[in-house]
Amino acid sequence: MTTSSPADAGPVVDAPARLAPYAATDQVAVIETMTTTPPAPTTDASAPAPESKVCIRAHDFNSWYGDFHALHDIALDVPTNQVTAFIGPSGCGKSTLLRWFNRMNDTIPSARAEGTLDLQGTDLLSSRYDVVDLRRRVGMVFQKPNPFPKSIFDNIAYGPRLHRSYTRSDLAELVEQSLRRAAIWDEVKDRLNQSALGLSGGQQQRLCIARAIAVGPEVLLMDEPCSALDPRSTAAIEDLIRDLRHQYTIVIVTHNMQQAARVSDRTAFFYEGRLVESDETERIFTTPAHRETEDYVSGRFG
Amino acid sequence: MSDERTPNLPELVERGEPRSQSRRRAFDRGFLITCLAITAIAVLALGVLLGSILIEGLPGLRWSFFTEYASRDPAKAGIRAPLWGSIWVASICAIVALPIGIATAVWLEEFAPKNRITGFIRLNISNLAGVPSIVYGILGLTLFVRMFGLFGPIQAPELEIGGRLYAIYYDTMQEPIRVPAAERGVAPELKTGDIGYVQEIEETPDGDLIFTDRWTPVTLTIVPEDADAPEGYGIIEAWQAEEPADFEIERPWYYVQFPFGQSVLAGGLTLMLVVLPIVIISSQEALRAVPGSLRTGSLAMGATKWQTTRKVTLPASIPMIMTGSILAMSRAIGEAAPILVLGVALFITDTPSSLMDSFTVLPMQIYNWTSRWQEDFRALAATGIIVLLMVLLAFNAIAVLIRQKLQRPLS
Repeated sequence: MTTSSPADAGPVVDAPARLAPYAATDQVAVIETMTTTPPAPTTDASAPAPESKVCIRAHDFNSWYGDFHALHDIALDVPTNQVTAFIGPSGCGKSTLLRWFNRMNDTIPSARAEGTLDLQGTDLLSSRYDVVDLRRRVGMVFQKPNPFPKSIFDNIAYGPRLHRSYTRSDLAELVEQSLRRAAIWDEVKDRLNQSALGLSGGQQQRLCIARAIAVGPEVLLMDEPCSALDPRSTAAIEDLIRDLRHQYTIVIVTHNMQQAARVSDRTAFFYEGRLVESDETERIFTTPAHRETEDYVSGRFG
Repeated sequence: MSDERTPNLPELVERGEPRSQSRRRAFDRGFLITCLAITAIAVLALGVLLGSILIEGLPGLRWSFFTEYASRDPAKAGIRAPLWGSIWVASICAIVALPIGIATAVWLEEFAPKNRITGFIRLNISNLAGVPSIVYGILGLTLFVRMFGLFGPIQAPELEIGGRLYAIYYDTMQEPIRVPAAERGVAPELKTGDIGYVQEIEETPDGDLIFTDRWTPVTLTIVPEDADAPEGYGIIEAWQAEEPADFEIERPWYYVQFPFGQSVLAGGLTLMLVVLPIVIISSQEALRAVPGSLRTGSLAMGATKWQTTRKVTLPASIPMIMTGSILAMSRAIGEAAPILVLGVALFITDTPSSLMDSFTVLPMQIYNWTSRWQEDFRALAATGIIVLLMVLLAFNAIAVLIRQKLQRPLS
């Protein structure tokens, strides 16, 4: 159920690079293999675990909202610089888990968690963990685009200004680079001082992504980032996610099966608060180990 | 057989007795007309009120009405003292009530845990908003005007801050001289060469000499008790230098005494009590109207709660907070009852120049004029109402301007 399964060099094209678990300090090699070919489908259930460095590791993780047991015994590794998709029916707990990754659930009084969530080896649930620093390192993009009622420039500059003080020119440069990285610079460069609320939904969502990466996070959490967008904007965001994955560890919650298949390297399927299966995306969509997964991804659910 | 068959859906739909179309339309029209009529009554009443006030009051609206003080002669009476009194009181009220009110709302909405104690506080703020203003007047009287008598009677305050104390002497010109004193009732030791202050004299266009509020320094000369002591400013005979004629406090605008007495500060603070619950409630509503997604968006970027409040929530809600606060201020300007309870003097012939000066307000003056039996005073009351309405409109205009200025970067 977890990412770690017995290593067995199968006929995977890019296996060597992915297999070298902690020797993958040479990240460029990993990135290049990922850009060239997606992991080839394997039919063997005990196929090689494409291990790369683990970014977030959940172990024995349980979560409650009041008396409601939302997540049961989750064990999951989120690999560094890959896209991990969380899928599952509504109410299965996938967003809850995502919101624990940057402790946004702290804002919900009734929410509590037990077990461990390690971000690069440190338990982020620990009360000593600085939430402010955690959220700078683990950015989040929400379902509905939520730009601040400020200018486009100020939206991007907001995060950086929270954490450091910049010179005017550095800040301008940072804003431009963030907007470029989020593939929206060309659309907004002439209207940086206008309100961000005047942008279209798709533009707003890319603005929110630009805003999230402007503070220099290592992880990007995306909670159904395209569900409020039209197909064209969705395609733009998906392109962006594919483009960003070499630099960021991305976790995306989606209800759109095709989207998960298109953008993610690994997929985790949740059902009724349990992690049913987590594996390479190709395998989840072709030869899942569990019946529920197959029913869900093929649309025969229920 | 067909009787026992379950009717299908279209048949069921048709079973209902059709309602009269014309009746429904008539009701629709009737409702519209009723609404219009009710609105018309309200507008008409307002029109009649404004019309009668304008007809009665406009002739009295001369420039001198703004520059003259109250008088027994209706032709000479003006509204200068209550106008400035209202401006002072409303300003003090705004300066104190807005920060406290908005801060309370921010705490309740953004920071306070939702438990029984904060729930109790919330409930009681709503209750306080409904308390008649005259009750606040009584509270203001004990709390601010008298301060529970903790600092002695109003006329002889025991604690004074920011005032400059002078002993008053008379020189051989029989003019008063101020000499700085350390303590009330204790004569400063005078010697030749000390500095005193004499009142400046000014010549009016009519050729009269009048004393001004300005004091110029003079060097004191103490001469022995002598029948032919030289006459001149600053020359004091020794026997007169022993004991000052009086003590006097010069009051800069920030001078404060405890208790406050019937001062503009006490008036402003009492009105603050009246409007505070309104400011808090409207600010709470404004903060609640800010979408939660903005807060989570900010928190998700590593902002602290305070940074989120300061940079996202407050800016987004400030237009609404201003609207509510200005409405509260308008109420403060229009209040007569709490000020009446404080027992302020009605016949004021000076504008306030310090926090401790006596004052009266527009509604009080209007109330006073309407209660006179002379017809002319009632016309003056109408003119006063026009001025009061003008002040309210001015406040609202300022509010709209501030709101637009704050809103510009958002739109």
